[in-house]
Amino acid sequence: MSAELTAGVAQWLRRIGGAVTGAASKLGFVSRFLLAVLWHTPGAFRRMHLTLREIYFAGVLSLVIILMSGLFVGMVLSLQGYETLKRYGADEQLGILVALSLVRELGPVMSGLLFASRAGSAITAEIGLMKTTEQLAAMEMMAVDPLARVVAPRFWGGVISMPLLAALFSAFGIFGGYVVGVRLIGIDAGAFWGQMKAGVDVWPDVTNGIIKSFVFGIAVSLIAVFEGYDAKPTAEGVSSATTRTVVMSSLMILALDFVMTVFMFRGASVI
Amino acid sequence: MNRSAIDLWVGIFVAIGFGAIIFLALKVGNLVTLDSTPGYHLDASFDNIGGLKLRAPVKAAGVVVGRVEKVRLDTKTYDAVVTLRIDRQYEFTKDTIASINTSGLLGEVYIGLDAGGDSVMLKDGDRIGKTQSAVVIEKLISQFLFDKASGGAAGEAAPVKTVEKPAGETKK
Repeated sequence: MSAELTAGVAQWLRRIGGAVTGAASKLGFVSRFLLAVLWHTPGAFRRMHLTLREIYFAGVLSLVIILMSGLFVGMVLSLQGYETLKRYGADEQLGILVALSLVRELGPVMSGLLFASRAGSAITAEIGLMKTTEQLAAMEMMAVDPLARVVAPRFWGGVISMPLLAALFSAFGIFGGYVVGVRLIGIDAGAFWGQMKAGVDVWPDVTNGIIKSFVFGIAVSLIAVFEGYDAKPTAEGVSSATTRTVVMSSLMILALDFVMTVFMFRGASVI
Repeated sequence: MNRSAIDLWVGIFVAIGFGAIIFLALKVGNLVTLDSTPGYHLDASFDNIGGLKLRAPVKAAGVVVGRVEKVRLDTKTYDAVVTLRIDRQYEFTKDTIASINTSGLLGEVYIGLDAGGDSVMLKDGDRIGKTQSAVVIEKLISQFLFDKASGGAAGEAAPVKTVEKPAGETKK
């Protein structure tokens, strides 16, 4: 009886230990992978058209979903914000509400989530399928490093696209908020833009939003290329790697967003 | 898709992306608070700064001329010493009065500067001599109630009676 119990506890502990060492070794693998990608960056930038092609696939083709989402998020923010602000007779402050929520939080986070599901999953699937069909191995046979030829351009394509997409999301969101707030509801346009300009600072609000989106770009791109490179070379492996990319990058974006918000806006909100 | 078309699209994407960043910086945000704008510092001590926050605007005649840069407590006089950063293009006279105001009932707290007629101007590091503290609403209310109560005890007992009298009359 007691021997069975100790065996059960030992089994349980072993499972926890296995999970922890597995996670730690994966983290180490990811870190070394990032270093390797950075090491191969100059080689990737020497053939710039590879990176430009990836900016096209990750950035330009994501434009429609990002711009449409930004527009609708800004419009709905304006509509809901007006309902609440009206109760305090502060509906002229709508511009600052829309602009601050978009620039600080929603712009980087929403475009990061959309980017992870639109571009990140595609990158993972592409690299995973290249691995499954042994294209990566064939490249190595031809003395072409797949990290420089395939992984680094995709990584940098994502990192470069992400801040631009987030800025476009915020800009279109503010435009959507303007359309609903000023054109539809009838808030004075001067008050809308004037309050916004008075309440939003380039530093820290706009700059921190851009820094956030840049960090999200690094996180999503790294997870996407890593999961693709690390995928099991089977159909199931590629599909589960694609799922993991979306889940992991979404969680990572939200967690990183919380941590960065704590450090970035602590001074502004408390003092 | 050939290479030149991709180059074109990426160029358009990067251009409108930077356009959005510039839009956010110029049209949405204000650049007044950038620390790189040349300015000079003035000190002002107040009995009470109320809800004054760091980076609150400093206004003269309603125009933003600077920001609050530092707030500290003078441990000798127990006054709040506020360091203001004023844009270099604005100069104020030696007898300028600094007061802590609130825009509206719930609005932001800012420091208002009223220039006087002195011919000597304040320089970097100078201290504004005349200041007016923040109005704390609670103090104002308690002072009002205290005045009302003491006034009522001294000679205004009559109005209370006149209120009681009609009540008694209606009973009859």
